Amino acid sequence: MRRIVSTILSTISIMVLLFSYHTSSSSATISASPVVQQPLSSDPNPPSGSSKNGGTSTTKPGAAAKPSPAPAAIAYTGGVASTRWGPVQVRITVRGGKITRAQAVQYPQGNNRDGQINGYALPILDQAVVQKQSAAIDTISGATVTSDGYLQSLQSAIDQAHL
Amino acid sequence: MSRKAWVQQIMGMPISIHLRGEDVESPMVAQVVEDVFELLREVDRLFSTYRDDSEVNRIRRGELDAEHADPLVQQVIALCQQAGELTKGAFTDQLPDDQGVLRFDPTGLVKGWAADRAANRLAELSGLSFLLNAGGDVVVGGTDGSGALWRVGIEDPRDRSRVAQVVELHHGGVATSGTAARGAHLYDPNAQTFVDRAGSITVIGPRLMWADVWATALFVGSKSLMLRFSEVADGYRVISQ
Repeated sequence: MRRIVSTILSTISIMVLLFSYHTSSSSATISASPVVQQPLSSDPNPPSGSSKNGGTSTTKPGAAAKPSPAPAAIAYTGGVASTRWGPVQVRITVRGGKITRAQAVQYPQGNNRDGQINGYALPILDQAVVQKQSAAIDTISGATVTSDGYLQSLQSAIDQAHL
Repeated sequence: MSRKAWVQQIMGMPISIHLRGEDVESPMVAQVVEDVFELLREVDRLFSTYRDDSEVNRIRRGELDAEHADPLVQQVIALCQQAGELTKGAFTDQLPDDQGVLRFDPTGLVKGWAADRAANRLAELSGLSFLLNAGGDVVVGGTDGSGALWRVGIEDPRDRSRVAQVVELHHGGVATSGTAARGAHLYDPNAQTFVDRAGSITVIGPRLMWADVWATALFVGSKSLMLRFSEVADGYRVISQ
């Protein structure tokens, strides 16, 4: 487990660096992320059922189906990675063998540019562990599709499959 | 578990509704779906910038004062003002027309607002979960008893035939802003220019309207706006492609 966690932490540290560039490599770096099932919410107490904010929820396995007791969440803090902008340290929370949260506990804050970098990189870091999958999807979110372009769109194919 | 989809072209874009549950074929369900499409057509009649007789166009031509407009138009105007303040001016309802003159255009907020209203209506269907996709912005909700999540593929803005990644949720909105579909149509009010850069910003959160406002604002805004987003947009997450 320790080795796995260490590997994951170093992967995430690398992701911090890659996302910090915020270039066209973004989508490529996502495929380098650990393949884990992730809740979208980083809320440590995810709302159940109809939450007060209607929340984006939760890919927690069996969330609604199986009322098994939730496994304990364990936090692991990785070693400090030296980067060209300064030290980066990442903490992950693991529940039932899956990463439920990744957050940077130490990151460069030396100058304004760093602030900009981290303003982008850190929220993305937490989100980027959303699973990359190629299995069936229900819909597509993308730049606005107009009626003219609809028939050529992926969305059109998905709609046709269920009409 | 059955599934059924409907598609209509409203507001110049495809709007599809997908329902999942045991009773998707019932006449009552079909009636609610038709009501939702009618609600969206009503929004188009009020807000379209392509209809000469819409209230928005009458306001643009100076024929109608905002305070005498339909209550829904006034509600949208107030929300646009709130969106402008929250995003430090990166969202605006004043867009350049064909002559480059700034005119009232709440289009950037109306789509998400209308989709949220449609979602409220769809949520009244008991025993069904729903997904509504309005031209690439998605709202899901309801409960079909299976606990199954809706899987929303995020389009790869560099290859629109590809899905860059997938998010799963059973309640909330997913909005993506970028220039892949329509070119440089997103306006940066602070720089007073249209933005033409690659990539896209996706925002996920409880309400599609706010997800959409933030996706647009973060796409056109300065990078420091991300800090503002993380401070004020509680419950919302961002994915950058």
